[in-house]
Amino acid sequence: MTTPAISLKGIRKRFGDLEVLKGISLDAAEGDVISILGASGSGKSTLLRCINLLEVADAGDVVIGGEAIAWKPKRDGGREAADRAQVERMRARLGMVFQNFNLWSHMTVLENVIEAPVHVQKRPKAEAIAEAEALLDKVGIADKRNHYPAHLSGGQQQRAAIARALAMHPRVMLFDEPTSALDPELVGEVLRVMRALAYEGRTMLVVTHEIGFAREVSDRVLFLHQGVIEADGRPDEIFTAPKSDRLRQFLARTMPA
Amino acid sequence: MGYFELMGFGPKGWGLLLAQATLMTIAVSVTAFAIGAVLGGLLAWARLAGGRGIGIAAETYVTVLRGIPDLLVIYLLYFGGSSVLTSVMRWLGNDGFVGVNAFAAGAIAVGIISAAYQSEVYRGAFGAVAKGEIEAARAVGMGRMLMFRRILAPQILRFAIPGLGNVWQLALKESALISVVGLTEILRQAQVGAGSTRQPFVFFITAALLYLLLSTVSGWGFNRAEAAAMRGVRRA
Repeated sequence: MTTPAISLKGIRKRFGDLEVLKGISLDAAEGDVISILGASGSGKSTLLRCINLLEVADAGDVVIGGEAIAWKPKRDGGREAADRAQVERMRARLGMVFQNFNLWSHMTVLENVIEAPVHVQKRPKAEAIAEAEALLDKVGIADKRNHYPAHLSGGQQQRAAIARALAMHPRVMLFDEPTSALDPELVGEVLRVMRALAYEGRTMLVVTHEIGFAREVSDRVLFLHQGVIEADGRPDEIFTAPKSDRLRQFLARTMPA
Repeated sequence: MGYFELMGFGPKGWGLLLAQATLMTIAVSVTAFAIGAVLGGLLAWARLAGGRGIGIAAETYVTVLRGIPDLLVIYLLYFGGSSVLTSVMRWLGNDGFVGVNAFAAGAIAVGIISAAYQSEVYRGAFGAVAKGEIEAARAVGMGRMLMFRRILAPQILRFAIPGLGNVWQLALKESALISVVGLTEILRQAQVGAGSTRQPFVFFITAALLYLLLSTVSGWGFNRAEAAAMRGVRRA
């Protein structure tokens, strides 16, 4: 059996009195496209953020490409990553796309895309620029490369953010509600790019509200409810014959009539 | 003697002396501002990222320095510093008064006051950096130093420019206070000129014009810097 690209074991996370994740385990194989659905507050974004350690899970293991994150206890009883260098190395293998794009506003689109390859991965600048231009062309905004993010539409910013994540040659792409902050008419252009990435065979974890996308593109769909995986299966199992009542209710609310 | 002869560069004119005094004002203000930038940056960092003890110490510093008269700080550093230095020298067997260098004492005094104000400016500017951009930097694997250098510092600086312009203006005007310890900057030179020619009005008006000139030119410079730094920022 091959090593999973990402393996989560018993992930728990609590914010104050609220336990957001109650022991989530998940293996994502190389090339899997996994959509994560759930009502707001179900913990799906938190789960994604626990993978690249933007949030530190209170318990459980995070294993990326066979390498487990090492933990050490904190004075307040919680824990933190033991080795900062390991965390930085792991993060560079995961491409993160945020709901609010989070492009660096003082840099042009091209500068955003080459920033991490040049300064984190120490690749030659000329090589990074050539690759960045190819990536911007791929996501359809090559003509915007010298624009600042504030002068782009939301859809263009999100495509630039996808190019920025791809420039790191990540093993896994993490999408945190990538279309939720977009005007409805801009959602399509971002989904088109993501669909193309899925068909390339990239490993992707996508937290989304786009049922159509999840159904069409995913190999596997997870439904999170109150911090546990309520349903897990192929898209046809999830959407055509949902077994769980909660999933049925969720789909009835979100599916177009 | 007409105004231009009196303020000119001829044998009886005060022009050269006033020009030198203007350079002295610039030198002491710039030095003070630079001291304030380094110390103010450290204070802001201490309050944002330091532990509880460090944070409280930095906050106390800011409160105290903003709460006492600037002239008092100059007196403390110059006369206080000189008396300490004299005692130390006496203990080493050297009798007589030893003075602190007026430029150094003045620049440090204005600098540590400026630091208190600058730390507030930097702190506010840090607050203006979008938290999502910091997360994006963490997410691509940037370490703390790299993130500070590439993402935080450029943005903090650009958000700080308008506030720093004000603080610079303050430092420039406070440099006039250093005249009390005998540093020959604009105000001190104007006092000397006024005393020796008995034309105080002419000299003080000239001094005022020189300060206005400096503040106008530097204000223009800060505006230019702000315009350049705000490229790519959508204005509301």
